[in-house]
Parts: sequence; structure tokens; C-alpha cells
Amino acid sequence: MTDTTTRIAPRVSPWNNPVIRGWIWQFVLLVALLVLTWSAVENAATNMASRGIPTGFDFWNRSAGFDINQTLIPFTNQSTYGQAFWVGLVNTLLVSVIAIVLATIIGFLVGVGRLSKNWIVARLATIYVETLRNIPLLLQLLFWYNAVLKPLPNPRDSLSLFGAIYINNRGLILPEWHWGQGADYVLIALCAGIVAAIVYTLRARRLQAATGQQSPVFFISLGLVVGLPLLVFAVMGAPLSLTVPQLRGFNFVGGIRVLPEFVALLLGLSLYTACFIAEIVRSGIQSVAHGQSEAAHALGVRQSLTLRLIVIPQAMRVIIPPLTNQYLNLIKNSSLAVFVGYPDLVQVFMGTVLNQTGAAVQVIAITMGIYLLISLLTSLGMGIYNQRMTLKER
Amino acid sequence: MTDQSVARSTSYLQTAPTPAAPPPISSRGAWGWARANLFATIPSATMTILFVLLLVWAVPDLFRWAFVDAIWSAPDGAVCRVQNTGACWAFIAPKFDFFMYGTYPREALWRVDVTLAAGAVLIAWLLWPDSPRKVIGAFLFFIVYPVVAYFLLHGSPLVGLSVIDTARWGGVLVSLLVSAVGIVVSLPLGVALALGRRSKLPFIKLACTVFIEFVRGVPLITVLFMANTMLPLFVPENWSPDRLLRPLIGVSLFAAAYMAEVVRGGLQAMPKGQEEGAMALGLTYWQRMNLIVLPQALTIVIPGIVSTFIGLFKDTTLVAIVGIFDFLRTVETARLDPAWAGPSISTTGYVFAALFYFVFCFGMSRYSLYMERRLAVGRKH
Repeated sequence: MTDTTTRIAPRVSPWNNPVIRGWIWQFVLLVALLVLTWSAVENAATNMASRGIPTGFDFWNRSAGFDINQTLIPFTNQSTYGQAFWVGLVNTLLVSVIAIVLATIIGFLVGVGRLSKNWIVARLATIYVETLRNIPLLLQLLFWYNAVLKPLPNPRDSLSLFGAIYINNRGLILPEWHWGQGADYVLIALCAGIVAAIVYTLRARRLQAATGQQSPVFFISLGLVVGLPLLVFAVMGAPLSLTVPQLRGFNFVGGIRVLPEFVALLLGLSLYTACFIAEIVRSGIQSVAHGQSEAAHALGVRQSLTLRLIVIPQAMRVIIPPLTNQYLNLIKNSSLAVFVGYPDLVQVFMGTVLNQTGAAVQVIAITMGIYLLISLLTSLGMGIYNQRMTLKER
Repeated sequence: MTDQSVARSTSYLQTAPTPAAPPPISSRGAWGWARANLFATIPSATMTILFVLLLVWAVPDLFRWAFVDAIWSAPDGAVCRVQNTGACWAFIAPKFDFFMYGTYPREALWRVDVTLAAGAVLIAWLLWPDSPRKVIGAFLFFIVYPVVAYFLLHGSPLVGLSVIDTARWGGVLVSLLVSAVGIVVSLPLGVALALGRRSKLPFIKLACTVFIEFVRGVPLITVLFMANTMLPLFVPENWSPDRLLRPLIGVSLFAAAYMAEVVRGGLQAMPKGQEEGAMALGLTYWQRMNLIVLPQALTIVIPGIVSTFIGLFKDTTLVAIVGIFDFLRTVETARLDPAWAGPSISTTGYVFAALFYFVFCFGMSRYSLYMERRLAVGRKH
């Protein structure tokens, strides 16, 4: 009976067919989004016209007429809004890169410290993490800026370190250095040293993979990277002169001034992000099976070497993806600069430029686009890294 | 031979086990503990000594600043200015109303108090693990409470309460309001976005993915700027949203994108068999999601959800950038009051604010740990 009848799919009404339903849902969403976008654009056009808000990018090449107190690329009040954008972007990247380095160092130390067998170290690391991550970053920034750096003495009563570095409420004043004749050779030696160290490390690694023989990679690399330039520096007759800052009247002349806003932002960002990095490092280390370090100890490997050669390399696989996320968070959080007045992208471009030109839509779109670009590039890099690092299982 | 004679002739044999010897003195008591935990190796001992010196150097000064030299009550800042050595706690009490309510009219403060108290009771009802009838609690909190809170706080001629403009709202009230709205909106919206991102329908998937990745790729400040300056442009001119509503929308959308990623993690961690089993039973998509997948997936990611809430709570401080008087902004304003201006006012204000945020965030994270353990007990069997 059954084998003679061919099976016919049960007849479903089109409304109950999941495929058709799916398309209907999608169509509804598409229409809704289109209507929303269209009405937003329409309204924006009329509103911007009635309020006289510029719609083009003409402002980009107009003279900005304001000064920025930290510029790594040339900028005067004659420069254009476009140049102000680049100054802001460079300032954002500067503080982010330095804060990332500091946060990574502090975070790794605290993360390892939380797992330390030393009771007091573990306790202090826990207190550090639990305190800082439960207090808003903005509050920490304001604390560093208004409660720590602003009450510092004025330039006349500066705190002085070695008579060359001065700390006061206008910032940190460091000696300025000038390279003299022959400094190029030092730079060349440094580059050559780095290249040689990389080549040597790769060769040592290949040697170890082939024969198991270890080479003193660390000391030879150190000698190549630091020793070689130093040697050339000495041979060239020390072509470096320092200008020690001098107090003249009410302020210092000579020397490099690091803004207190920069220091506050740097301290806030790196200490805050460090406690998240510490947690990532701790969970990464704990994710390495205990047998790994036990086996290493059984082979007579010292505790410090076990950590460096056995545990950390395996933990890195777990640590790197969330670590990158924290780096991205740090870059995004650097936009809090606007609250302490550090001239970053948001403060310069979304603050001053937006106020002066009124080009809200364009300015906000460009700023968001930049952060988005940084995020997307990082995610792309992360994807590639993850593909390479995933355990190759058979 | 009798047993006794055997016993006598082999009296050198021990018949009872020797009592265990006490551990060596070096591993017993306080000294043993200190040896194992503080002075196990030379580097460890060095660090112990260094940190103890650091504590000896810092803790007494901190203690003296916060308690011994602190000024606990004073009519104005004069006393704090004269003895500028310790914290000026006296500054908190006169400013307390400002910290709590901003410039909300003094005669209408009961409305805020009632709203906050009702909210606290409902939240306790929902969070207490053994409380009865949570469904009613959830209905009251998510549906009834927002409406009642709106009429109480904002007022309306309909209920006979005077309208109080949102420009006068401030302090803890606004901080809690922004975070509560953010939490209430972001959780359902985040779940919807996460389901959309895992949908098999290509356009829905694309739309959700683009939204999530876009919001997660930009700082909250830019989202707030956008909500503040661009939202009024996108709607007809007479619809222009209230200036407190704009950051609320911004914060909610921002939190929803992060929530979506947390929920997606939970969805991905679910074994595929659960959904396939539900499918085999003939459940529809929404039945599968509501009855099988989401209850389990959300339970897995409770820690992630709570840490998103904590992040949201800390991020409410950023609404100050668009001119909203949240708690931190009121502290910022109060510390600049010339009547109180003094060397220790800033630090006092910031420490007070830090305590407030710490209590909330730490409390939330402890609650999540507690729930995690409680739920894990059920799963172990």
C-alpha cells in the first residue's frame, strides 16, 4: 500500500510556509528601515536648511583660527579645520599607544601578582583590581587631574628631580635633547642592531628546533640592540646635548613640557585598563592545565622558567583575543579626554570644530568613522591571528 | 602458648599505632604560615618587606586624612580651609540634597523618594531568589512602574501633580534613572538583536550585524553627541525630543549592542541538540526560543549580563558631556562652590563619589557571583 503511493509534501497555506514567512518578515524590516531612513534624511534636510547648518565639506579647508596646546604636527591658528582634525587624531593615537604599553605592563604584573603564593602580594593585587574596576573611569580621570595634578605647586616652587626634571601645575618639564654631528650613525647602528637581533633570534630558534641546543638569545639581542648603538655613540664622541629647563620669571624656558591633561589621561587610562588586563591574564594563566606546570617542575624546571616557557605561551592563546578588546576599549575611552581638556580627536574635532562650523552631521560622521576604522582594522587583524593560533587538531 | 604469654614475650612489638607527631615548629602556627605565605623564597621575602614598608608609609597617613584630621561638621568651608590637613566630610551633609536630586524643587522631593523606594522594593522582589510570585513583580516593574514613575517624577495635570522640567532633575536620581532605563531597554533589545544576528534570514542578519558592529566600534561619547545634536535633526522640528530623553536613547542603544554580543555568546554555547529536540517536538520558532533556548542561554551568561550592567552604570557618568546633571556632575559642581572651596574639597568630593559607585558596582558583581553559584548547584546533579 504505502510503497505504491508517492509521498506528497503536506499542503501548507503560504502564510504557514516558513520560507515565505521569512521573506515577508525581511521585507517588512526592509521597508521599515527604508521609511525610517528616508524620513530622517527628509527631516534633516529641512531642519538643516531652516537652521542654516552647512551640508558640505567646505569647512575642511577653511582657516580654523584657534590654537591647540599640544601639537605633534605643525599647527597654528592660521591652519585649516582639516589640519586640526589630523592634530586631534595624532594626539589620540599618541596617548592611546603609550597608555596601551603602560596598561599591558601593569596588567601583567598585577595579574601574575593575584596568583602569587605571597599572601600580601596577592591581597594587594586583588584590592587594586576590585577598587579600580568598580569606579568609573571618568571619576578617576577627574581625580587625577583636579585632585592630584592641579594642586601641585606653581612653576616657581616646582618639585625638582635631579635638577633637570620639574613637576608643577603646568605639567612635567623634561630636558630637551638635541642630536649633534654623527647622530645619524647612531640611528643606523640601532636599526642594524634590531635587524641583527631578529636574525639571530630566528636562527637560534631554528637551531633549538633542530638540535635542542639553546643559545643565550636574550643577552646577545640586548647587546645588539642596546650595546651597538651605545658603542657607536661613544665612538662618535657623544653627539647629544641636553637643554635643561630654566625658570625665567613665572615659567620655564627650554625643555619639553608634558601637559598635565596628558599625564592625567595617561594615568587614568592605563591604571583603569590595567585592572581589566590583570583579570584577563589571571584567567588565562588559570586556564592552563595544572599538569603542565607540575610536569615542568617534575623535570626540574625552575618556577620562573616554568611560568615563562610553559605557562605563559599556552596562556597567550586565551589571553590575546580579550586583550585586543581591552586595547580597543582603551582607544575608545581615550575620548574621555574631552572632560579634562586634552586636545584629542573628540575634544578638537567634535568639540571646537563642531562648535565653530556647526557642521554637526559631517563632523560626527567623520569622528565615528575613524573610531570604526580602527576597530574594524583591529578585528581583521584579530581574525587572522586567531586563524593562525587555533590549535591544529586532526 | 596463651595469648598473654605471647604478648609478654613479644612486648617489644607495638600494638597501638604511634600518635602522629606534630608538624615541625617551622610549619606550625603564625610562624609557619608566615614562612609559607610571606617568606617562602628570597624574592618573595623581599617583596613582602617592600610592600609592608609601603603600607607602613601610606596607611597611617590615609587613616589620618580620612578620620583623625577630618572635619565632620562645619557651617561652611572656613574651618576646612584653616586646617587643611584632612578630609572635609562636613561638606557632604549640606550638599546632600543637591547630590541626590539636583535642583529638583525642594517641596516635591517626596515624589522622588516615593519613586526610588518603590523601585527599590520591586528590585528587591525580583532579585531575592526565594521571593514568591516573581511574574507579578516583573509585570509591576517592567510595565506599571515606568508609567507610575513618569507621572510621579515628571508630573502631569492629569494626576494633579505639577510638571517639573527635566532640566531640574539631577544627582543620584538621574544616574539611577539613566542606568535603569538602559538596563530595562537593553536586555530585551539585546536579546532581539542577538537572535537577529543568528537568524537564517540574510537581510535580518545583516541589519543586526551592522548595527551591533557599528555601535561597538565607536565610543559612547560620540553616540551621546550624535543623540544630542543629530536626533533633533532627524525628526520634524516640533517633535524635538526632551534633552534628557536624547542621552537615554543613546545609552540604551549603546548598551543593547553590548548586551547582544553577551547573549550571542550564550546562544552559541548551547548544545545544538536542545534546539533540534524542540524542533522535533514541533515547536514553532518563538516557542523554541522562549521555552527552550533563551532560558538556558541567558542563565549561562548571567555573569556577562551583570558585567554589562556594571559597565552601563559606570558609563552613565558620561552623560555629563551633553549637559545632564548626573551624580558625578553634581559633585563636580559642588566642589567648585566658593563657600566651600578649599584644598581638600576636591579629594573629599571624589572619594565620596567613588564610594557611591563602588558600593553599587561591587554589590552587583557580588550578587552575580552568588546567583552563579546558586544556579550551578542545580546543574551539578
